[in-house]
Amino acid sequence: MSLDDIFKDETFFGDYTYRNSPQGIRRFPFPFPEDEYMYSVNMEPHVPGRKGSVFEFAFDVDEHYVAEMKDRARVLAQDPLRCQSLPHMTLAGWDLLELIMESLARDYPQWFTLHRDGNRWHWINRPLGIEDRFTFLDETTLPCGPMEYITRQAQGDFTLQDQRNDNLWIEAGMVTSQADWSLDFDIGMNFHEWHAPVPLAGKMGVFDRALKFLLQLQLGAPVRRFNWTMTVDPLLDTSPENYHKWGPGKTTLTRENIGRRQHLRVELQTLFRLPRSNAIAFGIRCYLISFEELVTQPKWARRLHRVLKTLPDELATYKGFIRNRPLMIEYLAQFDDGAPTSPGWWPDD
Amino acid sequence: MSVGASKIPAIVTEVVEVNSLIKRFRFVREDGGQMPGFSGGAHTVVEMDDNGTRRLNAYSLMSDPADLSGYEISVRRDEGGRGGSLYMHRAVRPGMKMLISQPVNLFGLDLRARKHLLLAGGIGITPFIAQMAQLDSLGARFELHYAARDRELGAYMTELTARHGDRVHRYYDVENQAIDLPALLRGQPLGTHLYVCGPKGMINWVLSTATDLGWPKGALHSEEFLAPPVGQPFQVELARSNMTVTVGAAQSLLEAIEAAGVEAPYLCRGGACGQCETRVLHCEGEMLHHDHWLSDEQKAACAHIMPCVSRFKGKRLVLEL
Repeated sequence: MSLDDIFKDETFFGDYTYRNSPQGIRRFPFPFPEDEYMYSVNMEPHVPGRKGSVFEFAFDVDEHYVAEMKDRARVLAQDPLRCQSLPHMTLAGWDLLELIMESLARDYPQWFTLHRDGNRWHWINRPLGIEDRFTFLDETTLPCGPMEYITRQAQGDFTLQDQRNDNLWIEAGMVTSQADWSLDFDIGMNFHEWHAPVPLAGKMGVFDRALKFLLQLQLGAPVRRFNWTMTVDPLLDTSPENYHKWGPGKTTLTRENIGRRQHLRVELQTLFRLPRSNAIAFGIRCYLISFEELVTQPKWARRLHRVLKTLPDELATYKGFIRNRPLMIEYLAQFDDGAPTSPGWWPDD
Repeated sequence: MSVGASKIPAIVTEVVEVNSLIKRFRFVREDGGQMPGFSGGAHTVVEMDDNGTRRLNAYSLMSDPADLSGYEISVRRDEGGRGGSLYMHRAVRPGMKMLISQPVNLFGLDLRARKHLLLAGGIGITPFIAQMAQLDSLGARFELHYAARDRELGAYMTELTARHGDRVHRYYDVENQAIDLPALLRGQPLGTHLYVCGPKGMINWVLSTATDLGWPKGALHSEEFLAPPVGQPFQVELARSNMTVTVGAAQSLLEAIEAAGVEAPYLCRGGACGQCETRVLHCEGEMLHHDHWLSDEQKAACAHIMPCVSRFKGKRLVLEL
């Protein structure tokens, strides 16, 4: 199979040709292990998971890889501030570059190759047609900073958190596929500050516990969790900066188009301690699935219907879909016969 | 280690007598691979099998963070201690296999600093040796002020001066040399961060002097590992495990829990990191808190204890474990 057969040519804006293949649907990380949803820290070790699943490797490369990287380049060309790194975070950027290059070359040797000769590195990325030789830890030998360089070649957003004064500070990031938050606004904030808009969870002590846990995150023991929201049309860049372009789309959802246009948006969030900088890398990988694709898995259709019915209003408001919730429930109800669902999130065989 | 990080099987390749009190140990990976990268200020926990007694001591990594062929630590012999340093000095030889933990940093550099002012007392020099190597390669501005009892015990003074020149300032107690701290602190440029590692008295002196001179709290960094203090034996009930454990005089509560086969979380084993914080379900007696983690209010509330360094005196103590 040629690389063109593996990596789809598709768009995340304009004509929205993004689709999941049948295999893509079955490996979709459906985020609800139960029929009801409430916040929790819900973190687990980010260890290799089921073969073929999005957990198989540290960084999942899927059929949307090339198209997503093109979309990132498009967003960056319009708004360079989606990628920022404060001066003291360059070392953490090198740590991230090493982590991603080592992982991709190990897990996908057919697509990525890394040769290391001391600090002289040689990197080959076949799907994107990139081949570069550079000196590790010497910024002048790369076309851009190390974090930008590697995150233009890795699916998902990334932020880098410095650790000091018993807190984490978001001080670098590449953010082009975000669920309505802004790196340019958040950069320099600490853990509690950047989470301040999240309802309910603060009062529940979720952030205090999560911070305490993350401050002790250890090298070689990454963790992961899910987050989710809803997006009309398969748009990766749902940024506050562009809200005027995508926000109004929520008002155009109808009974007829909801199956095709309404997408469940799932974030696989991973956290890695970085070695040289002692910073924490936060990967926010976005997966999109249309309702039409989702209901091909009967278990997921039943469960999503029940989750949306019982979700507190505050959460539906915060996640930005309170307006369309009745329509979603109505659409999904036709696929929910009331039968019990099996535990866990995997699709039924 | 509780949160899933695997230990590193290592071989001791060098044991060097640095002076009459300090020995240096070099570890390489048993599988011949590279050590994980680390940041200056990080430590590793060395696991010892001392005739059936399991000892776990944290030691700062002092080798160059850019050199991942091995890790080096220095251990000061503590005759009055509980035995970890004595074991390292007497029993550990080149060729021995030992387990060491992944590096953990509780004393990290603040890379925003315009200048790094490093103050070391005695064996407290070790984290700074790695930090200076890292700062040097980053082209950052730093200055070390290092006090030791005398020339013989001033480990690495000569090497550090050779490596870092006049950025290294040396002080010997017996020669009546002392850091003129107020003058030193007054002369620092804005944006300087201060780091101190050494005996408790020195840390308190440096931090209080800096605070009195108006240094912001966020610019002051210190590291003091506490050795678990010895004390009277006592008993503790572990509710979830449904057992009663006796803590020996020279044993820490955490060690007694581990010896009983109960898994308890830990990281630094020196009262600093907070990982081993444990809920106290019942306390009839006096809790002897020795940690730097719990606030004074938390200590007074007797609802939590740090088993790595804290002890108990009284009738009955029940932990959630």
